[in-house]
Amino acid sequence: MRPTFSIIFFTVVSGCGFGLLFLAGAILCVAPSVLSRHATLAALALGVGFAAAGLSSSLLHLGQPQRAWRALSQWRSSWLSHEGVASLATFVPVAILFVVVWNGSGAFRVVAAFVAVLSAITVVCTSGIYTSLKPIRAWSNAWVLPAYLSLAGASAACWLWLLTTAFDRTSFAAWLVVALCALGAIVKVGYWRFVDSYVGESTPESATGLGRFGTVRTFEAPHTEENYLTREMGFVLARKHAAKLRAIAFALFAVLPAACAILSLLFDTSIAFAALASISVMSGLFVERWLFFAQARHKVMLFYTRYDRA
Amino acid sequence: MTMLPPPSPKKLGLVIDLDICVGCHACAVACKEWNDGGQFGPLPDEHAYGKQPLGVWFNRVHSYEVAKEGERASNAMTIHFPRSCLHCETPDCVTVCPTGASYKRADDGIVLVDENKCIGCQLCAWACAYGAREFSEERGVMQKCTLCVDRIYNETFEEYDRQPACVMACPTRARHFGDLGDANSGVSKLVAERGGYDLMPETGYKPVNKYLPPRPRKDASVSTVAIESETAVDFSTASPALRWIDKLLSR
Repeated sequence: MRPTFSIIFFTVVSGCGFGLLFLAGAILCVAPSVLSRHATLAALALGVGFAAAGLSSSLLHLGQPQRAWRALSQWRSSWLSHEGVASLATFVPVAILFVVVWNGSGAFRVVAAFVAVLSAITVVCTSGIYTSLKPIRAWSNAWVLPAYLSLAGASAACWLWLLTTAFDRTSFAAWLVVALCALGAIVKVGYWRFVDSYVGESTPESATGLGRFGTVRTFEAPHTEENYLTREMGFVLARKHAAKLRAIAFALFAVLPAACAILSLLFDTSIAFAALASISVMSGLFVERWLFFAQARHKVMLFYTRYDRA
Repeated sequence: MTMLPPPSPKKLGLVIDLDICVGCHACAVACKEWNDGGQFGPLPDEHAYGKQPLGVWFNRVHSYEVAKEGERASNAMTIHFPRSCLHCETPDCVTVCPTGASYKRADDGIVLVDENKCIGCQLCAWACAYGAREFSEERGVMQKCTLCVDRIYNETFEEYDRQPACVMACPTRARHFGDLGDANSGVSKLVAERGGYDLMPETGYKPVNKYLPPRPRKDASVSTVAIESETAVDFSTASPALRWIDKLLSR
């Protein structure tokens, strides 16, 4: 599948934003004394900022962005619609929580729980957009949901660490960085092992139904130039580059942030380390998400006999 | 609502005969021509006369060479394969749509896009395993085969003209249009008689359109004309006249 920057930005940045809202909500609900008022407000503001930036970026992918509001209408059947509704619904308790924390009084625990639950649901819906697409096996599998959740958590933990270091001079978030980066790393390695090993059920023979006569090869393509299908679904990435890019992504989204967190836990809590981890995790996730698209094979390309299986 | 309607008794669709399709692309061209000016048009091209033209077509004709492993090249089959929307019974292109633009008609099962509702998110094209949908950059909406819904119900046409443009154009009659939900219709009988099949049944989308397999070809390796063995022709079974000529010429 062709990697489109607006969608990569959408999934990475909105994932981080809703992850941050989840972490802030969950911490306020469970252990409110851990976060100072300033750190909480900053985390909520940054979370909303990231979420809004990501959602706005997704509009750039649309052919008719002025009609984007229509995407909320099919909330019963479409994952994209679920995502839109869930993301907007999350902003309501976030706004209430922001006001409550700003005033320094009120029943914030219940509101914080709503923020945490709705943020998590939104990320589940984002992954649902991809897991619901059956012709793309690299997306419609059980690894995608945990990968979206854990990587949203890992990126959010880095930013929360940066905020708590800046406002509170506390180091608990560094532990979150280590834990969530480790979790993200395990899940993503599991995902990569899966996409490298699964055997696609479809072949050019099953696509055309001509397998009974032998192996199907293209004799003449239906068109001499590219078309929408070959441009959008026929994106191919050389395998050797994929291996290198995976290593780069892994180092940036898992190894470097976790190493920064461990070093600062061992020695001194440094804002430079937290900033480095935050930039690193985002860069790593951009590469990771680019690969998520670039390495995904679509079954329609079997008609063009691009692959033996998909 | 882009939830699927309950299964309709009427299932309009196409039956494509791969045995007689000659790969002339007339169906694709007639489709482009009709739909460019029809109710669902235009079907714009970008850089139509440039270096890399790109445009929306509802119908694409592949040509394949099919041969068994280790089989002689002369035995390979060339099969022309028109590919268009299969108007599936349970397609995901409808259910993934966030706006309700992509829908399946409850009364005849035709899958359509309402271009006034489509936001151009392209999720439906990603959900289709058959490549039935092509996005128009120029119009910013998804476009697809309409089964010529603006022809087949068009009462200003003579009855024999109320068929999809691709079916009308086919010079070998490799394309048939009808109700595949009615077991007694011409197309259903054709499917039963010729062993019509679904493409990529593993998607679970239950295509309505059916493809008729090519009939078995003659095996060139057991041909009565033994092309390769002309130096060792056996005249012992030939007629007396031929044996005499062989004897004469062999001196």
